[in-house]
Amino acid sequence: MKISTGTTNTQIVRRHSLFTRLWHWITVACLIVLMMSGLQIFNAHPALYWGQDSNFSAPALEITARRGDDGAPQGIVRIGDHVFDTTGALGLSRRDGRLEQRAFPAWSTLPGPQWLAMGRYWHFAAAWLFAPLLILYLIYTPARRERRRQIWPSIAQWQALPRTIAEHARFRFDQSRDYNGLQKLTYLVVLFALLPLMVLTGLTMSPTMNAAWPWLLDIFGGRQSARTLHFIVAFSLLVFFFVHTALVLVSGVFNNLRSMVTGGYRIDKAASDTSADRHA
Amino acid sequence: MPDSKLILPDRRRRQLLTGLGALGASAALTGCDNLSRNETVQNVLGATDRLTRAAQRLVASRQSLAREYSPADIADTFRPNGTTNPDNDAYQRLAANRFADWRLHVDGLVRRPGDFSLDALRALPSRTQITRHDCVEGWSCIGQWTGVPLGDVLDRVRPTDNARFVVFHCADNIYGGPVKYYESLDMVEAYHPQTLLAYALNGAPLPVANGAPLRLRAERQLGYKMAKYVMRIELVDSFASIQGGNGGYWEDRGYEWWAGI
Repeated sequence: MKISTGTTNTQIVRRHSLFTRLWHWITVACLIVLMMSGLQIFNAHPALYWGQDSNFSAPALEITARRGDDGAPQGIVRIGDHVFDTTGALGLSRRDGRLEQRAFPAWSTLPGPQWLAMGRYWHFAAAWLFAPLLILYLIYTPARRERRRQIWPSIAQWQALPRTIAEHARFRFDQSRDYNGLQKLTYLVVLFALLPLMVLTGLTMSPTMNAAWPWLLDIFGGRQSARTLHFIVAFSLLVFFFVHTALVLVSGVFNNLRSMVTGGYRIDKAASDTSADRHA
Repeated sequence: MPDSKLILPDRRRRQLLTGLGALGASAALTGCDNLSRNETVQNVLGATDRLTRAAQRLVASRQSLAREYSPADIADTFRPNGTTNPDNDAYQRLAANRFADWRLHVDGLVRRPGDFSLDALRALPSRTQITRHDCVEGWSCIGQWTGVPLGDVLDRVRPTDNARFVVFHCADNIYGGPVKYYESLDMVEAYHPQTLLAYALNGAPLPVANGAPLRLRAERQLGYKMAKYVMRIELVDSFASIQGGNGGYWEDRGYEWWAGI
């Protein structure tokens, strides 16, 4: 009864406002700079701890290099008592053809060479763009009912959540006006939990902010705990980045990209039907 | 403090950027790393240093205190960083005599310049605090410091009205280089109640590795601000003529003067 795309069974709706689109792409650029300069900063002391200070003899995680049993240098990641050989990627990697001891490899850091001062400049400059825009967006999104509906799952969507997950696992996707329940939940967690956590755990590492807002130390259990959480949440966002990009690619890349560039999104007219025979 | 004191002279900023550039030149840079050496990019990045300082001064009052910890939190060994034993005859002679001949010389824009022996500093009212030291590299260490609040020493030498920065000149040539370590604070941080000239760590005289006989504690700043082996304190209205002109050894090598983050 229905034909998939490009026929009169579809229509274009305006999915994203100009502010949402601008916020999205500026944030993408900021997060790339923040991630890469963050790895540069991490490389200055490539170990993580839990608590107020650093227990140098027993870090929770450490990325370093050592001599292997055969005497050859070896890059390793140590998590608690477990040691993983990561030569070539973590701990020991090539830059300009030469092996170098560094936690994250040169291609992943900003700037490439070990240069903490410049990494900090990039990190704080990007943070100054990212954090105020995030605050604006977190006020903007729930400010209007239609945008609350866009991001908060309906009762039907909560109930349909298991089915939605099952359909995602089979790579079947709706092209409807609304986000489905799983999308909404994911965006809620990223927007209202992960991104604010990045800002707050980042501020907790600042000694002046600790004096200004001592409660930061209390909610995260200390400066080194905050640094570890900053790292964990950053890599959670990296996982989100890859899953999000993959789903954008497989669920109609042109339509998805258009909705985030011009705002226009093509939907099936009978979008609320069951969708077993519909696909992207 | 008037707002104008938050704005650094353009000359210092230019020198900061020179510092950034000089550091980059020493590394082999490729591809997008050229961006890090671009003057316009460095201008924009350098401006965020001042933005961060203005914002942090807004949310942290002059008196807001760094967290103080309990004796149980003190680290077994307080990790020394940078120089751990100044490698020059003048310092070694002072250390051999347990700093009996050492004098802290205070001069510059003050009405009553003077010298202080270690005993004279110990005779002044002291403060003891258990605080966390945060290195710019990312690690933290907790120790107990005893010393004289810097503000009390400043009250004795009476800075003139045009004094804007307190510069700390040190005994050590870090990494054996040609220049001596130095650092600076503005008057707000200098008069902060937790800013100490510390002569004891964990109840014992300050060890050489941690800056004997006297080091700075500025608890709302990163570790590189807290000069060790302090020999002389100079009050200035500008640090443009001191070494690289950026207000500190690491600042001359590209790090931010504002080390509150």
